[in-house]
Parts: sequence; C-alpha cells; structure tokens
Amino acid sequence: MAMLTVNRLTKKFGGITALDGIDFSIEKGEVMGVIGPNGSGKTTLINCITGFIKATAGDIIFNGRNIRGMKPHKIVNLGICRTFQIMRPYSSLPAYKNLIIPLYGPRARKTGGWRGGGRHGDRNIIALDLLEEVGFERESKVPYKLAGTLPTGYLKRLELARCLALNPDLLICDEVFSGLSMSEIASMVPLIEKLNKSGVTIIMIEHRLKELFRVARRVMAISYGEKIVEGSPEEVMANEKVKEAYLGA
Amino acid sequence: MQTEKRKERIDRGIKIRSDGIYALSSWREITYLIAPRFLLIGGLLAAPLLLHFFPYWQKVLLIICIYALLSMAFDFLANYVGLVCLGGSFFVGVGGYGAALLNKYLLLSPLISIPLAALFGAAFCTLLLLPCLPLRGVYFAIITLMYPLMMTRIIEAFELFGGTNGMMDIQGFGNPWIEQYFLVVATLVFLFALRRLSVEDLGLVIRGIKDNDQSVRASGINITFIKAQAIFYASFLGCFAGAYLAHVYMWAGLSMFALDFSIIPIAATVVGGGGSLLGAVLGAILLVPLSEVLRAFGPLRIVVYSLILTVVIVIKGEGLLNYLSRKYHQFERWVEI
Ligand SMILES: Nc1ncnc2c1ncn2[C@@H]1O[C@H](COP(=O)(O)OP(=O)(O)O)[C@@H](O)[C@H]1O
Ligand SMILES: [Mg+2]
Repeated sequence: MAMLTVNRLTKKFGGITALDGIDFSIEKGEVMGVIGPNGSGKTTLINCITGFIKATAGDIIFNGRNIRGMKPHKIVNLGICRTFQIMRPYSSLPAYKNLIIPLYGPRARKTGGWRGGGRHGDRNIIALDLLEEVGFERESKVPYKLAGTLPTGYLKRLELARCLALNPDLLICDEVFSGLSMSEIASMVPLIEKLNKSGVTIIMIEHRLKELFRVARRVMAISYGEKIVEGSPEEVMANEKVKEAYLGA
Repeated sequence: MQTEKRKERIDRGIKIRSDGIYALSSWREITYLIAPRFLLIGGLLAAPLLLHFFPYWQKVLLIICIYALLSMAFDFLANYVGLVCLGGSFFVGVGGYGAALLNKYLLLSPLISIPLAALFGAAFCTLLLLPCLPLRGVYFAIITLMYPLMMTRIIEAFELFGGTNGMMDIQGFGNPWIEQYFLVVATLVFLFALRRLSVEDLGLVIRGIKDNDQSVRASGINITFIKAQAIFYASFLGCFAGAYLAHVYMWAGLSMFALDFSIIPIAATVVGGGGSLLGAVLGAILLVPLSEVLRAFGPLRIVVYSLILTVVIVIKGEGLLNYLSRKYHQFERWVEI
C-alpha cells in the first residue's frame, strides 16, 4: 500500500482554482520531485496535505487514514513534516534554541526525539547535534548566533533541522535549494540522500532540476494546478507540455 | 613617573570573554551585574519600612504593585506571546468579585481567598478568552476590550453580586505589615518566576508563537493550547491584583471593570520599555506615584499626566529601562595603563 495517496485534490481561492483535481501517490522510501512554474500551485499542494489550508475537494490518504481537514499539528504528529518556502526563523532566539520548539512538541517526545532522549533536560545538546548534522560547525559561534542574523544558506539548513528534530516519516521540502549558491546546494544534496537512505520518504518541490534529478527517481510536473505528466526525469523532460509550460521557451 | 590612566567600559571585559554569556573574574564585576537587581528587590522590600510614617504612601505602594502585576501581564502577553490584550480590567474584576465571593460566602481569610480567587479567576478568564485565541492583532485587542464592558452590563442588568452597589463588608487585612509585604513579595516572586519561564523550554515555545506561529504549528504543537497556558499565567497575575484590591478596599464593585486597569498598564509598559517585564514594573513604579503627585493640579491632572506621558514616549520611545540599561552598560571607569 502506498504511504501517501492524493485523490482528485482541488483547492479554489474564490474564483481562482489553484489545484484542479491532482492525483498522485508515493511509496515508502521513495524520493519524488514536484516541478512547475511559479504560481502553478506547488506550495498550495503542500499546504493542503499538511493541513495549513483546507482543500475544497478530494482525499488525502496517509497510511490508510484520510487526513484531509485535520489540524496541522495533528498531521505533523502522524509523521508528515514540511519546510517553508519563505523562511521565518524564530529570530529573537539563538539558532540552536530554535530547535527547542520542535523538540518540545509531542512527536519528538513520543519518538524519543532525535536518537532518543527528547524527554529530558538535554534538549540543548540534541539541538546542537541536529545543527551539526545539517552542517553548522559545532565548534564555531554560528549555532549560538541569533537566528535573525543568519544568512540564507544557514536558514535553509535550520529549517531542515527543524524537520529532522521531528523524526519525520514523510518529509516535504518546499524549494530548499532556491536562493543557495552552487556550492551550498552541492553540500545539501548528500544530506537529502543520507536522509532518504535512513528511511525517510521525501517529496521535493524544486526549481533546480539538475540537483533534483540526482535524488528524485520520479517526478511530477504541474501547471495551473493540474498534473501534466508524471514519470522518470527523462520522461518528464521529454514531454511537450512541460517544455512549453516550464521551460517557457 | 606618573601612571597614565584611560577610560574603560566596565561591561566590556565581562562580556567579551564569552560573547554574551557572562564570565566573572572579580567581586567588582559581580557587583556590577547584580546591583540593578538588588536595587529593585531591596528597594521594594524596604519600601514598607521607609513609608511607615506615611500611611497614605503605603497605600500608593500597594497600588504600584497592583499596576506592576497588571503591566507584567500586559507585557508578557504583548511581547512574549504576541497577543495585545486590552482586558486588564476584566482580570481585575473577575479576581475582585472572586475574592469577595470566597470571603463572603466561604468565609475564607484574605491570605487564602486571594490565591484561590487568582486560580479560579484565571481559569474562568482563560475559558472565556478561549474562543478568541485564533484572533490576532487588533481583533484580539478589541474583543478583550469588550469583555469587561460585557461583565459590567450583565452584573447591572441581573443585579448580580449586589448590582451597582457592589459587595460590601469584605474582610480587610487587619495587619498593615501583612497587607504590604504579602503583595510586595508576591509581585517580586511573580516577576522573577515569569522571567524564568520565558527562558524555559515552554517559554521558548511561547516566544516562538510570537515570531512565527505557522512554524510552531508545523512543529506539531497545538498553539491554541500553548496560548491558553500563557493567558492563564497572565490572567492569574491580573486576578491576583484584583483579588488583592477587593481586600484592600474591603469592597468589590463595578469600578473594578474600569478602563484604568486596562490602559494604565499599557502606558507603564510603553514608558518602562516592553519585552523584559522589568520595564513594565519600572513603568508602574514611575507612573503611579506621578499620578498621585499630580493630584495637586486638580481637574487638570489628566492633562498634565498625558502631556508627561507623550513627552516621555516621544523622546525615549525605546522605553526607560532600555535607555537606562544602555547607559549603565556604558559606565566607564579609570584604569591604569
Ligand atoms: N492564500 C491564498 N489566497 C489566494 N490565492 C492564493 C493563496 N495562496 C496561493 N494563491 C494562488 O494560488 C496559485 C498557486 O500559488 P502557489 O501554490 O504559491 O504556487 P507555487 O508554489 O507553485 O509558486 C497562485 O495563483 C496564487 O496566487
Ligand atoms: Mg511556492
């Protein structure tokens, strides 16, 4: 049985149809890419799956359970974690204290937090471990800096670390590579691969196709809220509609 | 040869050694750090003694503490949780009537009825505010402003709790020392407890909601539940203040829902400087006596009061505490080279 199945998912904002009957499913352990031009409804799709906005119609089945209409925090606690495209860290807190918040939540407590131990007073240590995991230099001052002062590269990593703190079963990344330099992306890709190897199922929304295709075996393209095509990276890029809608030239 | 001297900032050496985490190397530095705190604690604890021969000013001290509690509640909600609450008088009224009821019908003495009224009152206020928690900004503010008005009308219309006359013959403290010290100590305890809470894990979650509530929800946390806890703490302080007032005045009535209890704490927080709770207390310590002194102006009192407030806010918009602490950190001493 598929881990996540989305059936005829539709979202209307007033007169605008942002999602128009999207169907797809993802197996446990897979990495799936989602591509599409700006405004095609990718972020809206995530928002519907994770409960941040209510879908107008359709079903979202996660591990055999319909989660459409559930509250966001309940969905997280079932194991679906998402990153935000527009990062707003807890800017008045140091970077590592940002992770105390996910570690405080019921999911981290129940699953024992990162490698066990989220229950007791050692959340600071766990937070520093997590930051090291995503590439903050442990011995440097960076983990202790106010999150509001960090550059984009670190903020993306921090956002990823926030999800890791929750021990996700399904991780949904909304453009984690955008705004990063080539070398920063190069150092993020192995991180995603490692996560997937450790058993996390991943949906990646990306504009950086080359890097996306390194990790995603299967890609879905959407345009104006509709799925155009789904298949291997080669199949998708060969599709006429994708060339037209996405590459635009 | 004469030794040369140069100026040096005291805090430099302390801070630089560890980037914000203080490293102390001498008693002088420790004194430098704890002096302001000592001034506040010592000053408040000594005040009842110093004011012994001025019973009028002892009452003013009580009012200072009442407003300090309300200002802390406001500051906590506004600057830690991100909820601008204009319902200070709602808390005061609920606490006041609560204590009066507990005293009148269960015959509980002030020292028991006040904490109990604060507890039950906070639960009551939290329950009533629960439906408003998803609201933000000015919407939450305006709704909280309506609550005390609603309570007044309900009490009037149904002639509850003595109607417009209020509840009289509430037991007083009897002993002025207990009356003073119970409140002063409680205020200090609440101040430091709340400051402590704000650096605990729960406090970080609360502050996270202010920075970015969506991200807190995406971390699997029910923000309504966390906000409800924060409202409970704030309304506990407010109800405590109200309950105290009922026993000081030996009366609970409609004027406990008066706008003053909602507005003056905001002024105190702005004047003192928000976001640290200390600033809110400082603001109350300055504004309450000021408003007493201004009684000399008779009917023009509010005009002068407002003028002073306006001038302070325009000139020192950052709040007095932030200004003072900046100056304090810039203190210099002469050192030999
Ligand atoms: N909260 C909203 N209210 C109204 N329209 C929205 C809202 N969120 C997204 N939209 C619209 O839905 C469409 C899809 O947006 P989005 O999902 O953000 O696109 P993408 O992430 O693919 O760039 C856009 O036309 C956008 O204007
Ligand atoms: Mg988007």
